[in-house]
Amino acid sequence: MSAIFAKRLQRELRELQASPPVGIAVETVNDSLKQWSIRIDGPEETLYAGEQFHLQFRFPEAYPLESPEVIFLDPVPVHPHVYSNGHICLSILYDQWSPALTIQSVCLSIQSMLSSCTKKQPPPDNQRYLMTAHRSPKDTAWAFHDDKV
Amino acid sequence: MATMDRDRDDPEARLASHDRPDEDEDEDVLIDEDEDDGYDDDDLIADDDGDDDDDDDDDAFDALEDTHFAPVIAEKDRKKPYEVDFAVISTQDMAAMQKREMAHVAGILGCSPQHAATLLRAFRWNKEQLIERYMESPEDVAASAGAILDSRKQPKPVRIPGFTCDICMMDDDGADGAGMETLALGCNHRYCVDCYIQYLTQKIVQEGESRQIQCPASKCTLVVDETTIEQLLDPPVVAKYKTLLLRTFVDDNNHKLRWCPAPNCEFAIECHVPPSGLSDVVPTVTCRCGHTFCFGCLLDDHQPCICSLVKLWLRKCKDDSETANWISANTKECSKCHSTIEKHGGCNHMTCRKCKFEFCWVCLGPWSEHGTQWYSCNRFDERNSVDARDSLAKSRSALQRYLHYYNRYANHEQSAKLDKQLHQKTEKKMEEMQNTSNLSWIEVQFLNKAVEVLLQSRMTLKWTYCFAYYLKRGNATDLFEDNQRDLEMAVEILSGLLENPVDPDKIAELKQAVLDKTVYVASRREVLLIDTSRGLLEGRWEYQYP
Ligand SMILES: [Zn+2]
Ligand SMILES: [Zn+2]
Ligand SMILES: [Zn+2]
Ligand SMILES: [Zn+2]
Ligand SMILES: [Zn+2]
Ligand SMILES: [Zn+2]
Repeated sequence: MSAIFAKRLQRELRELQASPPVGIAVETVNDSLKQWSIRIDGPEETLYAGEQFHLQFRFPEAYPLESPEVIFLDPVPVHPHVYSNGHICLSILYDQWSPALTIQSVCLSIQSMLSSCTKKQPPPDNQRYLMTAHRSPKDTAWAFHDDKV
Repeated sequence: MATMDRDRDDPEARLASHDRPDEDEDEDVLIDEDEDDGYDDDDLIADDDGDDDDDDDDDAFDALEDTHFAPVIAEKDRKKPYEVDFAVISTQDMAAMQKREMAHVAGILGCSPQHAATLLRAFRWNKEQLIERYMESPEDVAASAGAILDSRKQPKPVRIPGFTCDICMMDDDGADGAGMETLALGCNHRYCVDCYIQYLTQKIVQEGESRQIQCPASKCTLVVDETTIEQLLDPPVVAKYKTLLLRTFVDDNNHKLRWCPAPNCEFAIECHVPPSGLSDVVPTVTCRCGHTFCFGCLLDDHQPCICSLVKLWLRKCKDDSETANWISANTKECSKCHSTIEKHGGCNHMTCRKCKFEFCWVCLGPWSEHGTQWYSCNRFDERNSVDARDSLAKSRSALQRYLHYYNRYANHEQSAKLDKQLHQKTEKKMEEMQNTSNLSWIEVQFLNKAVEVLLQSRMTLKWTYCFAYYLKRGNATDLFEDNQRDLEMAVEILSGLLENPVDPDKIAELKQAVLDKTVYVASRREVLLIDTSRGLLEGRWEYQYP
């Protein structure tokens, strides 16, 4: 990992620990900084209020030029854009990734994705996806569902 | 758009015609039949009965050369009905084509050719659409395409005291980022120049992007302009960027330009056969690198079978491969004494070592029947399946029918490989003979040409079986099967000839025989291709999809 981006990860970690947004907390970070787990609380007054979820971030060598791999660990929220293996259908994690996005902005996007959900149900193609899914969601050719849900 | 003639730049081809000023004379000697189906003087047609009556050694050798270099000859007059017009396009040609388009658009829009290029790329070289949209709102179109019309707005690196870069998160006044330069496009999304460089390099080198590299900000669609890229990046990365840009031209003009699929080949082919035309013609093209392929589907040449049937067939073969695999296996039992026979050469004429039974590799029937009744080997007897009553019998018969064609299809593929191996062995032997006898290099070349024609014809035969599988039986298919049988017979004779051990004392006879058969095979192939391609154009073929 280039020195400049190791610095960015350190800096992101420092800021997330110093002033975390509501309902988001860094749980573990491995020594190389390449794998993080982040707790994300179901936002108040939403279908997920009172639930707790855990996101796993894995950072490639070229982060932040390349997107991190982000998946839900168990228990996976029941949500139209979250497959039951934890893969998330969210464009900014794949081809809409920008190096100006941060771990924090990704977490906030996922939080807002949970908030806007009106009916707890898995994606319509969940079963089919599980049969063919790659280990990493970054290897999937995603056709994005409606961004607003 | 300029259309270049095929092979004009092929040095070998030029040499061949240049060296032989007496070409026309030779050709006259070789015309022994007047065909009314589109051949004329310098098309080579050997006798249909394949006997070697009047050609002496030298003429036959020339004939072979002429057949081999047929495209050069065809260039000056007409093409055969199974050929299509095409041109090989080099990167230089592509650049010239782009330049013409740029100049045209620049003239209409009143901007510089560079800006016209940026706009054209954003519109995938769709000139009409660009001009129409540009007339409506030039600023919007230019901005979203990354074209900077006003040079005063060209992004320049600047220092901004107190600036923090959102990508590397470093500060202008921090220890690491002291004195950092920054850059922003018209959208004012500002990042440090180092991050910009890394971002652009990643896009170009790792992701192979060029046409639409956008501002690094999330969801900002502004395109980074060419000048900025040239200013920021190292020359090798800029060169890569330019090459990629050039390549997008071919991808954007997919309806008439396609890359040659040969590995590492840099040429593209221009051909004006639209997808809708692929049911009437098989657009076989040959790249300057030597690779011959289908412009429609980019697979290896599959004359005379049309693309859609090839696609169906390959999928079927893949699905049914387990059932069919055993058929194409390399060993079989002698149908008489049941000892295991291994196939060494490409020829179908097998002789059991143990009992000396001569039989056909394809149908396992006695070879003696094949001299006059070869049809039993290329034609599936549909009558056998007519009385299939229940569905089980029907499906069994369908599988049998498929295997009949698949077996022959796979056999030619396999035989081509064996022919090639055999040729390599023979070539080695000939080389040795050159050292021990007075044979010259040129005298052994006839084998190369024979193998070339043989392999090409095997590929054609292979695809005739795919074609036949989907053909509905009718009056038109009889002639097709006759042509198929004639070519098949010619191919097996030539293949058998090449399998014979080379006897240094009889080299002249062997050469004569091989030359004659080679010319004959080439002519049989042509007859078949001319008839099938005419049938396609006339809509003579009816298909069934079992
Ligand atoms: Zn930076
Ligand atoms: Zn921007
Ligand atoms: Zn090529
Ligand atoms: Zn094709
Ligand atoms: Zn035997
Ligand atoms: Zn046979």
